[in-house]
Amino acid sequence: MSRTPLDTVEHATATPDVELPWAELGLKKDEYERVVEILGRRPTGAELAMYSVMWSEHCSYKSSKVHLRQFGEKAPESEAMLVGIGENAGVVDVGQGYAVTFKVESHNHPSYVEPYQGAATGVGGIVRDIIAMGARPVAVVDPLRFGAADHPDTKRVLPGVVAGIGGYGNCLGLPNIGGEVVFDACYQGNPLVNAGAIGVMRHEDIHLAKASGAGNKVILYGARTGGDGIGGASILASETFDDAKPSKRPAVQVGDPFQEKLLIECTLEAFAEKLVVGIQDLGAAGLSCATSELASNGSGGMRVTLDDVPLRDSTLSPEEILMSESQERMCAVVEPEKVDRFLEICEKWDVIATVIGEVTDGDRLEIFWHGGKIVDVDPRTVAHDGPVYERPYARPDWQDALQADDAGKLPRPRSGEELKDQVLKLVSSPNQASKQWITQQYDHFVQGNTVLAQPEDSGMIRVDEESGLGVAIATDGNGRYAKLDPYTGAQLALAEAYRNVATTGAKPLAVSDCLNFGSPEDPAVMWQFAEAVRGLADGCLQLGTPVTGGNVSLYNQTGEAAIHPTPVVAVLGVIDDVARRTPVAFQEDGQLLYLLGDTHEEFGGSAWSQVIHDHLGGLPPKVDLERERLLGEILISASRDGMIDSAHDLSDGGLVQAVVESALQGGKGARLVVPDGLDAFTFLFSESAGRAVVAVPRSEEVRFNDMCGARGLPVTRIGVVDGDAVEVQGEFTLPLTELREAHEGTIPGLLA
Amino acid sequence: MTARIGVVTFPGSLDDRDTQRAIRVAGAEPVALWHKDKDLKQVDAVVLCGGFSYGDYLRAGAIARFSPVMDTVIDQAKAGLPVLGICNGFQILTEAHLLPGGMLGNDHLHFICRDQKLRVENADTSWTSDYTAGQEIHIPLKNMDGRYVADRRTLDELEAEGRVAFRYLDMNPNGSLNDIAGITNAAGNVVGLMPHPEHAVESLIGTGRTDGLPFFTSILKKLVNA
Repeated sequence: MSRTPLDTVEHATATPDVELPWAELGLKKDEYERVVEILGRRPTGAELAMYSVMWSEHCSYKSSKVHLRQFGEKAPESEAMLVGIGENAGVVDVGQGYAVTFKVESHNHPSYVEPYQGAATGVGGIVRDIIAMGARPVAVVDPLRFGAADHPDTKRVLPGVVAGIGGYGNCLGLPNIGGEVVFDACYQGNPLVNAGAIGVMRHEDIHLAKASGAGNKVILYGARTGGDGIGGASILASETFDDAKPSKRPAVQVGDPFQEKLLIECTLEAFAEKLVVGIQDLGAAGLSCATSELASNGSGGMRVTLDDVPLRDSTLSPEEILMSESQERMCAVVEPEKVDRFLEICEKWDVIATVIGEVTDGDRLEIFWHGGKIVDVDPRTVAHDGPVYERPYARPDWQDALQADDAGKLPRPRSGEELKDQVLKLVSSPNQASKQWITQQYDHFVQGNTVLAQPEDSGMIRVDEESGLGVAIATDGNGRYAKLDPYTGAQLALAEAYRNVATTGAKPLAVSDCLNFGSPEDPAVMWQFAEAVRGLADGCLQLGTPVTGGNVSLYNQTGEAAIHPTPVVAVLGVIDDVARRTPVAFQEDGQLLYLLGDTHEEFGGSAWSQVIHDHLGGLPPKVDLERERLLGEILISASRDGMIDSAHDLSDGGLVQAVVESALQGGKGARLVVPDGLDAFTFLFSESAGRAVVAVPRSEEVRFNDMCGARGLPVTRIGVVDGDAVEVQGEFTLPLTELREAHEGTIPGLLA
Repeated sequence: MTARIGVVTFPGSLDDRDTQRAIRVAGAEPVALWHKDKDLKQVDAVVLCGGFSYGDYLRAGAIARFSPVMDTVIDQAKAGLPVLGICNGFQILTEAHLLPGGMLGNDHLHFICRDQKLRVENADTSWTSDYTAGQEIHIPLKNMDGRYVADRRTLDELEAEGRVAFRYLDMNPNGSLNDIAGITNAAGNVVGLMPHPEHAVESLIGTGRTDGLPFFTSILKKLVNA
């Protein structure tokens, strides 16, 4: 079989008229022309491969970039921020010389195609981002969204995703401490599998992705490179080369958590010995991304010999090697005299490591294959100078009608009996039911530092055994609110995550986000995106919590039907002493229950409107971020000074949902009295923001009330922790046994 | 003097640092041991901790059992060295034939992580003397392959000789025969169990219980008083 000559730079220059499959690789005509213009000639096949993956929506943020700039422009002053947007993950100062890095990413599309591997490699990818900053990963969280709970395909996707997250994260030894599980028909065919991770390091250990110092070696280490995770490359391969080799390869990567665990230990050991100048993980776009980003962020150029890359499949073409997304690989830049020690550490951990190139004093990224130069580019043009689109956006014409369809007009329960019936329906509905069947498939205990894990309001990890310093993280998002009003919806997600962190006693410090939307080519979706980003940026500025990084996932739609706009917000907080944390569970009979904040008739997008009326319309609850900040301060002070023994934020499902959860977790009931000025229905089901329920020991009652009064936070006594039922005086009584059966039986009933 | 207790790290071990912490909390000195070293650094006892050694590929514990360090552990355990196997460590001990039986995948086919109630059945081993027989405790459980199985004769023998050290209470989380959570060898120096006592040694962390601490104080007292 004859083989076309190697498409070197020289060959490309000599054969300007060769047609390349740029369209099949996902490039638009003008984008391809731009590549030709940058290079002054047609690209080689290898160069085309690199540009096509690096200029993809996923890697270049070409549709979202113009909006994401606001996170920088509106960033609040924050002394905590050590590394901001643009690196593998942001880094925040949490005091006592510790820094924390955290990030949330999406792995939506692969998880629909192959739930187990898609979700598993999502965990793997986010964890490598954390290691690449120099940190030891200490926890993961997983915000998940699926189609209707009773849809047959959900039974395929959800168990696979959950097993994949568990299978990978458990084997890595990372406690899974938080996240969400939401069901909504809009995610049918487009489940959202977001994965977040936190890492801890000392300030001096922060590492960045850059290749500096001519003569320094570029070391590829970890798994061998295979044909997995290549999208368009098979097309390219079959057009350019012979077809006597396997060409149909899975586009979803396959994870090996054992290899990644070795990678973590070996990387951290190399960091500890200060052997690493720059480092980058290999995720999306594989070697194309790692080499071009390392080179463009550093001071020099880079020369790479692709023949030296260890392969799983010796028939791979250079284009495929550059595009492969084989998992569990990292790329380090190491000074020549430290290379031997670096390789020794890799060998100790049985990790394959190979010098594949070096940093040069030029400004080009040059890649060689079989002696020929197949890539010669300015790395910046690959990594940073991708196209930027000002996509048209317009408020959809249905938005007004949606907002006019007020949930306040829906029929309400008229008797205690009806209230009771609707409470049972609410707490047993898939979104409000206990997710224990899912979370018990995740290890919460490994590493021995887990202070709080789901279903607590935020996950909390001890950072320092001596001082008790800890960090907390919560992730929240409500696509229903965002659909009604994307600006407010994004702020509500931020407010809820902020509140959840404060409820456990930690001070919110910084934000990461995962923005899940439909197609950016639809002006209505683009408007949702623009509004959500604007809302989030404004909100972060007001709350003083900068966005440290995040991820955008577009094209979450099947045909014309986009998912609800779903900005998922992660808030990271710090607590001086984890001994002061506040749990959700009621602790002691006789403690007084207080409702903090104001309750209005707000039912738009509420769980009640969904569960009882299958309705989505009206406006979401109002946001008052100053109130959120005040509430946060009160919750943190109360926790620090021992004034409250349990606390739960109010969000979807309203007060009754929160009280039922606290009661079931503590195994202690509550007697509630509807406060003056409120009707029982609004009291129980409203989803007004900026609220929490706290349990105050009687000895602290005066002190707690004085504090709230002095700071101007509305506080209402609503009852007492007592007995083995949730009773709303004059309305109904629900025994805990009945509530438990309703709350805990739903998910196993649907999925087990 | 205090006791020096070794904790072996295999590739894929996860709870090695946690186990070292538990040993420290109990007042003993943890010593890190490496799977490629035959040398046990003259420790007084060894813990094989939880995790997925060698990715649990082939079968949980099947590859780790052939590590150089295990040659020495097996020899010395037969000569009386106290050895505790937790979760993956228990699996390794059965693969190494220091304990009878073996572990299969959980009967429900899912990973399970929960606060598990146990009954201490044997408080006379090197690792359980600080408990009382019949005591009920809560210890976190987290595994994929935790279903203890053995042939009928072995089971009868274990029961007859009082070598079932721990039994699951209230619910059997994985389908283990006779609700077995942990067993001991006849001499009482080698104990293995699926739940994780090292995750129950501090009141703030995990489930907030310290029911696992007596494992480490038991061995410390035994060694110091020896």
